[in-house]
Amino acid sequence: MSGSIVNAGPRTAVSNPPVQDMPSYFGEQDLVRRSATPDLPPPARQLTPVAKLIDVSKCIGCKACQSACVEWNDTTPAIGENVGVYTNPHDLTENMFTLMRFTEWVNPDTDNLEWLIRKDGCMHCADPGCLKACPAPGAIVQYTNGIVDFIHENCIGCGYCVKGCPFNIPRISKADHRSYKCTLCSDRVAVGQGPACAKACPTQAIVFGTKEDMKRHAAGRIEDLKSRGFAHAGLYDPPGVGGTHVMYVLHHADKPHIYADLPDDPRISPIVQTWKGLTKYVGLAAMGFMAVGSVIHGVFARPNRVSSEDEENAEKLVGTVAPQPPSQPEERG
Amino acid sequence: MVERIQPGDAVHPGHPVTVNRYGPTTRANHWVTAVSLILLAISGLALFTPSLYFLTTLFGGGQSTRILHPWFGVVLFISFFVLFAQLWRANLPARVDIVYLSRIKDVLAGHEENLPELGKYNAGQKGVFWGMAFLILVLIVSGVVIWDQYFGEATAIPTKRVALLVHSIAAVLIICVFILHVYAAIWTRGTLRAMTRGTVTGGWAWRHHRKWLRDLVGQRKIGPAE
Ligand code: SF4
Ligand code: SF4
Ligand code: SF4
Repeated sequence: MSGSIVNAGPRTAVSNPPVQDMPSYFGEQDLVRRSATPDLPPPARQLTPVAKLIDVSKCIGCKACQSACVEWNDTTPAIGENVGVYTNPHDLTENMFTLMRFTEWVNPDTDNLEWLIRKDGCMHCADPGCLKACPAPGAIVQYTNGIVDFIHENCIGCGYCVKGCPFNIPRISKADHRSYKCTLCSDRVAVGQGPACAKACPTQAIVFGTKEDMKRHAAGRIEDLKSRGFAHAGLYDPPGVGGTHVMYVLHHADKPHIYADLPDDPRISPIVQTWKGLTKYVGLAAMGFMAVGSVIHGVFARPNRVSSEDEENAEKLVGTVAPQPPSQPEERG
Repeated sequence: MVERIQPGDAVHPGHPVTVNRYGPTTRANHWVTAVSLILLAISGLALFTPSLYFLTTLFGGGQSTRILHPWFGVVLFISFFVLFAQLWRANLPARVDIVYLSRIKDVLAGHEENLPELGKYNAGQKGVFWGMAFLILVLIVSGVVIWDQYFGEATAIPTKRVALLVHSIAAVLIICVFILHVYAAIWTRGTLRAMTRGTVTGGWAWRHHRKWLRDLVGQRKIGPAE
């Protein structure tokens, strides 16, 4: 981690930000992927990967992070309705980028009721399905530090990202028809601050830093959990999506699905892969083949013309039957 | 099997003979279908591959392309199925279609003297007709599934993924069928006027759809000379 005066990248969310103005330490030139932009020039430098680590075992479900997220991103989630569960609102929305999901789970080994609380939100996948699916150039970008961000002015509201995401994260606004999700507080991170949610967390269940540091921190936490009887405690950094830049420490890492359906082995759906891969190339080839084939046939085969003989034959055929008395030609409907 | 004569089809003696093939409503409907299919293909291709995204400018940008595309689809669906109701009987398969298809080489080379006498439609035209009908059905159903603005809540994400894949494959196929249809109409000279003026010459009917011509003459569907 860098503590130098120049803005060299990630800081923890705990330390207070410097008071002097800071230029953004990453930008346009640091894109490693850009939606619908196959010819993106490779970035000149590789930034230190960052990560947010969410320790589920330390979360007390206070939702300070949710409030901080709303506050920082200046969203206005609708006033909800209590249906008898703590999860509120009931789902992620275009105005609620993160959501505490509460699950009551009876551990079959101990017969204990465990109250599982998972902070849901974008995982900032190294291999983002949202970006893969997006048809609009530059609507979704990925920086070399791992942050996946939506650039709303380029978004067309098609909702492909929703189908591409293995975690069911993006939401399309009914008001402006653009897609929204957690930004990993890219605007804060860019100027050396940690994400708002991490900053607000009273138990430091949410921490932020370089991905390496976060993995090391997680290892310590996992060791502690194991020593206290959680034999299957572990880190959730799913390899199916190339790892994520939002990771969880889970006390039951052998069964992520108990945490409000966190996918056990997330990956971009093969259907989405086929749609964006094979179908596109074979499809373009097929349409091209038809078009080129037609042109070639048109050039080499003589046009299929009606001959004067054909006309005479028709006249003969019609002439064998006496025509009806002539009248005005009628238009038919 | 005697084919039922399509209402409105008639022969007019003259030099050359003219034959009514499509009435004004069928023609108007055909062109609505054609225009909406072209708009659909362009707007759909824009979202299909980044290299064609620039086509969205024709529709006023990405957002409006996203809004318009499904509506073009609704227009196509309605106009095509009116057309379908008008033409399906004449497109029912016949035994002669098999003979025609088995001599596809002669078809491509324009050796029509080696082909059997055909009714109003040949097997290729019937294929285009039923292919279009099937693909348009697939496209409208899969299209509604991914029309999130109005039907977003109706289906789950895994269903929508399948719909996206099916929609794109069907779209590729219908564009191929479309190219075939347009090309065949141009290559077979004298065909386009059937969909513009509504008539073809007797020679055209004699050459390409002799059985249709004979049926019209035989059933005395002969109108005034032109
Ligand atoms: S909704 Fe926006 S961000 Fe999502 S896939 Fe479509 S254009 Fe891309
Ligand atoms: S979790 Fe979903 S929205 Fe977030 S980066 Fe991964 S695919 Fe994209
Ligand atoms: S990182 Fe920022 S945008 Fe993402 S959940 Fe936390 S506060 Fe919200």
